[in-house]
Amino acid sequence: MTHISVTINGQLVERDVDPRVLLVHFLRDDLGMTGTHWGCDTTNCGVCSVLLDGQPVKSCTVLAVMADGHEVRTVEGLEVDGVLDPIQQGFMEEHGLQCGFCTPGMLMTGRALLDENPHPTEHEIREAISGQICRCTGYATIVRSIQWAADHPAGITNGQAEQHAVKEEASA
Amino acid sequence: MQISAPFDYARATSVDDAIALLEKFGEESRIIAGGHSLLPMMKLRLARPEALVDINQLTELSHVTEEPDRIRIGAMTRHVELIASPVLARHFPIFGDAGRVIADPLVRNRGTIGGSLCQADPGEDLTAVCIVLDATVVLRGPGGERTLTMGDFHLGPYTTAAAHDEILTEIRIPLRPRSGSAYEKVERRVGDYAVAAAGASVALAEDGSVAEIGIGLAAVGLDERPAAAEAVLRGQAPTPERIAEAAKATAAATEPVDDLRGTAEYKRHLAEELTKRVIARAIARAKGTQA
Repeated sequence: MTHISVTINGQLVERDVDPRVLLVHFLRDDLGMTGTHWGCDTTNCGVCSVLLDGQPVKSCTVLAVMADGHEVRTVEGLEVDGVLDPIQQGFMEEHGLQCGFCTPGMLMTGRALLDENPHPTEHEIREAISGQICRCTGYATIVRSIQWAADHPAGITNGQAEQHAVKEEASA
Repeated sequence: MQISAPFDYARATSVDDAIALLEKFGEESRIIAGGHSLLPMMKLRLARPEALVDINQLTELSHVTEEPDRIRIGAMTRHVELIASPVLARHFPIFGDAGRVIADPLVRNRGTIGGSLCQADPGEDLTAVCIVLDATVVLRGPGGERTLTMGDFHLGPYTTAAAHDEILTEIRIPLRPRSGSAYEKVERRVGDYAVAAAGASVALAEDGSVAEIGIGLAAVGLDERPAAAEAVLRGQAPTPERIAEAAKATAAATEPVDDLRGTAEYKRHLAEELTKRVIARAIARAKGTQA
């Protein structure tokens, strides 16, 4: 066993882990953080994507011990005090999810993209998520969702959300 | 669930520490850099190292350094950093061409140039890139450093000249005036390994003839540079006819195999067409007429 200290969503977590444990299993099985999904297990599908020191990586291809001393951000860290991150709001506004399996990975990659490039082109968004598979093939709405978050960097508050909903209803 | 066989794990704090750890753990230990070739093989138990020496903390191996007559690239430089490097974009645009077609952005956030070269996968892109650029690699072991040409380092599929207790620290690429380079790959879908890929580097003489040329391919059974094809252009004016002839000679030197990515005939066709394109683009870049 190897002792590791990893900062996960701002919280320092210390554990003893077998070196062969993958980051995705460390998150899901050791820490019970099942927001990060576990998919193909072969670095292809990207549903296990998390941010390692701010950069999206596939956590099925990173050992938990390799994250020792580093910062990991997962989908559980997006919402703060009941307020959804703009990227999450974007997926609600633009119907960015169907079955939801790829969603946590898409959210994290979208967040990382906007942190680095607040005004991405559609091409840049498509390139950023090109390592992740949506098996519902809902790419068009995922791209629009990330674009929505880029257009609303502060998101919308609950009051505005209600107005937004009412306005949409009126125009429908 | 794919779980690798058990192994010991240690983090190196310096290159010398990594070498000492490799010696301590013995023949069955391996270096892990980005891990995006090694870990999938370990998960399938195609690789069963008894110990891993993690070199991800060795920031001294992560750099692109410009010198008057050469560029030095640290072995831990990640694909994302190769693509973003203004120095490489200026001198060797082939790195941008190849980097953007390696796997996907998330893989490129982890994968390293040193890891790619040491993996020596026959479908791997950066080996072909380094071959066409006349790169040399620096290996450091218990007895000190040695410098090898790509030809001496890359012995064939999945095989390099690196001893088990040697670590690849640096790739060195000579700078030549009036030079340009390019890479192109055909893949079944974005992020896949190449069906076929070709790279070329061209340095022009003052009169516009070809002073030096390097051609390298991936995934078509050609580990070395096609000497006969390069000879068609070396010292000659790069006319479209000569470029086409060199491309044909390149394809003739390949030994592709039928597999799920395509037939040998198709791959040979791609080898010729891609070689033609990358030579033309490398020349245009050398002349400054194309970005």
